[in-house]
Amino acid sequence: MSALGVVGGVVQPVLIVAGSPLLVGLMRQVRARLEGRAGAGVAQPWRDLRKLLRKERITPRGTSEVFRFAPLVLVATTLVVAVVVPFVATESAVDPVADLFAVVALLALGAVALALAGLDTGTAFGGMGASREMTILALVEPTLLVAIFALSVRVGSTNLGAIVSSTLHDPARVISPVSLLAAVALIVVIVAETGRIPVDNPSTHLELTMVHEAMVLEYAGPDLALVELASAMRLSVFLGLLANLFAPWGIATEATPLAVLIGVLALVVKVGVLGGLLAAGEVFVAKLRLFRVPELLAGSSLLALLAVAASFFLA
Amino acid sequence: MQLLYLACGALLLTAVLVLWRRELSVIIRVFAVQGAALAVLVAVLAAQENSVELWAVAVGVLVLRAGVLPYLLRRALAGAGESRRETRPLVNVSASLLAAAALTLLAYAVSQPLVALAPSAATQAIPVGVTVVLIGFFVLVTRRRALSQLVGFLLMDNGITAVGFLTTTGVGLVVELGVSLDVLLAVLVLQVLTTRMRETFGDTDLDELRELRD
Repeated sequence: MSALGVVGGVVQPVLIVAGSPLLVGLMRQVRARLEGRAGAGVAQPWRDLRKLLRKERITPRGTSEVFRFAPLVLVATTLVVAVVVPFVATESAVDPVADLFAVVALLALGAVALALAGLDTGTAFGGMGASREMTILALVEPTLLVAIFALSVRVGSTNLGAIVSSTLHDPARVISPVSLLAAVALIVVIVAETGRIPVDNPSTHLELTMVHEAMVLEYAGPDLALVELASAMRLSVFLGLLANLFAPWGIATEATPLAVLIGVLALVVKVGVLGGLLAAGEVFVAKLRLFRVPELLAGSSLLALLAVAASFFLA
Repeated sequence: MQLLYLACGALLLTAVLVLWRRELSVIIRVFAVQGAALAVLVAVLAAQENSVELWAVAVGVLVLRAGVLPYLLRRALAGAGESRRETRPLVNVSASLLAAAALTLLAYAVSQPLVALAPSAATQAIPVGVTVVLIGFFVLVTRRRALSQLVGFLLMDNGITAVGFLTTTGVGLVVELGVSLDVLLAVLVLQVLTTRMRETFGDTDLDELRELRD
């Protein structure tokens, strides 16, 4: 375990936890301004979380431990990912966990825990949301794995830190067909996985269309705060992963305070810009019908597969 | 070399987009981008070989495939009126995308012996050309609108041209000129045919033409 790894392992989770609600606030603000509204301000998600955390814990009658543990599992898995993935520093505190398969499995574990909680409530909406979420997840996870796998082929390792530092040493790789195809696939998958607009609308409570919101409908108070915080963290984790896999510049490679500071600033700027672009894009598209979503995801998984194929043809 | 591979990546991506999108006008625009990518591919080979003939071919490919053919297709579309979308392909879009994935692997498998004959950076990319040919054929057999079948045919031709240039670095100006004229003629004839079909039957859905009428 290197000094840089420890620094990264401490700075990254703090940054992600503190920054992710601000990212959500920023995206809402960008949307509001583009739609001609004043917006609630960038810090509004933090104010909401503070309000929810002060409330009393309350769970619906008939729910089991699954319902109570799901938010904790969701936050815990996302935190582990935030510690190990190379966001600020190229080296990881727990190097074996910074593996592509381990990270994707951790993220999937959180989503599955939430879906089980949705089923546990026994309400119609919970079950419907869980079944939709699983449909999307079943299409998203293989694409996510294959898209990042395409990048790992030329590095010869599925360790995310190794992938990031090899891109850092050889910037010409960023404009290869493999990277382009994988980037497009990854963007579609991230939009689907974090429940943004063409797939799911995070700001609606309309019965027919909601996916993520339907699962968490029964949560209230501190549990709801945890779920909201975790979904904001997942969004920042995915955007940070996207930014650092394809544009790792600025990431700290040595454990000096200046390098770490630059790494933090670079991550904040990259994720902020990506979030702003995502929010601006959302203004211009309508939500897809649920039955058209598999088509979108089949397309992105094809692109991911082509990326892997291209990394073998055009080696 | 990076540019050659980038052009190959663009060829693949545009072939997939033709399969993915439903609006015919978008398909035509994507097809024009593919023509430009093909021209870049030829230009890269020309720069490598340092041959004036190949440069001339590259310019010809750019004018024909990114300019003239899309223009003709767009004119045919403008005459088509309301039927601007490929509404019901024979195989639905997500299944055809999965089929395209299988076709890519097939292309990789069958072109392995070809690559082994003369391994070089250009021949490494042969599977991409073969994939475009197969996807073009797939579009040709599964789409209903005359115009999207035409795009499928042109996609196949793009793929064949790409494979030709990647294997032999140029099949000669005369051959390329002949093939290009052939394609242009085919598109012109098919365009006239589409217009006639629409005037007679009011539609370009080829599945409606199975039965004989008086």
